[in-house]
Amino acid sequence: MKFAVVVFPGSNCDVDMFHAIQDELGEEAVFVPHSEYDLSSFDAILLPGGFSYGDYLRSGAIARFAPIMKAVQEAADEGKPVLGVCNGFQILLESGLLPGAMKQNRDVKFMCRNVKLRVENNKTMFTNQYESGESIVIPIAHGDGNYECDDTTWEEMIKNNQIVFRYDGHNPNGSKDDIAGIMNKRGNVLGMMPHPERAVDSLLGSKDGIRLFQSILILWRENHVVTS
Amino acid sequence: MYKIKVYVTLKQGVLDPQGKAVEKALHTMDYDQVQDVRVGKYMELIMEKSENVGSKVEEMCQRLLANPVIEDYRYEMEEVVGQ
Repeated sequence: MKFAVVVFPGSNCDVDMFHAIQDELGEEAVFVPHSEYDLSSFDAILLPGGFSYGDYLRSGAIARFAPIMKAVQEAADEGKPVLGVCNGFQILLESGLLPGAMKQNRDVKFMCRNVKLRVENNKTMFTNQYESGESIVIPIAHGDGNYECDDTTWEEMIKNNQIVFRYDGHNPNGSKDDIAGIMNKRGNVLGMMPHPERAVDSLLGSKDGIRLFQSILILWRENHVVTS
Repeated sequence: MYKIKVYVTLKQGVLDPQGKAVEKALHTMDYDQVQDVRVGKYMELIMEKSENVGSKVEEMCQRLLANPVIEDYRYEMEEVVGQ
């Protein structure tokens, strides 16, 4: 399976993402610069964390107009898995691929620590290797992770099981309904603030993140069985 | 030429963490009269004179300068002498 790791000016988790795919998952990863127009040769698209365009104006606000984002939109329309982590999540929100918006953390400071997450929906292409309601440990590292949306959007997401991860126990950033990760209605675009790519080896403190990437791979393999 | 002053703030009803922190600081400084603080952004645009400046500014606010999901914006336009 071939994964694109999109690199914006200011991305800084792109190498971690590449490592998670290439070395831990054992699949092919390719860095694709923000100035490219085509992602058609890839099976999945990863938008890594960082501070694209210095977080100027709002996190993700400028990156959403990068040439590559048209190709990300096309990949999403085709039903390919699109995962945005941290700044990648913020870019997905700004581009309208996911509903809602991100505000500054409740305590107005950058937070970098391990947090507990609850897997709220394990019937997705991103979470099928987790148990429903399972508690996992994944690190966060963000200043703007305070998720916000209007109540109509929120009710709609609950109805469609679009809330994939919630903070378990302590809510670190004040996000609405303890939301840590959401997906689109179709279920192929996931945005999350915590960093699964930083939790792929027990040397890093947790390997709970690797199953997210395995979920994508396992489902993809099931759908691409050679039947000759 | 036009000088456009754009003001962006979080919507009423959307909790403003930075505004709350400033409000608390003002209270500790004994400014008890302060009821609410909203922190926002201020931008200045210099634009060429054209007929549809207003609608262009509106469009730019909607698409980039503000995020209508959580932010309100307003702007003022004034005519200035170009260089």
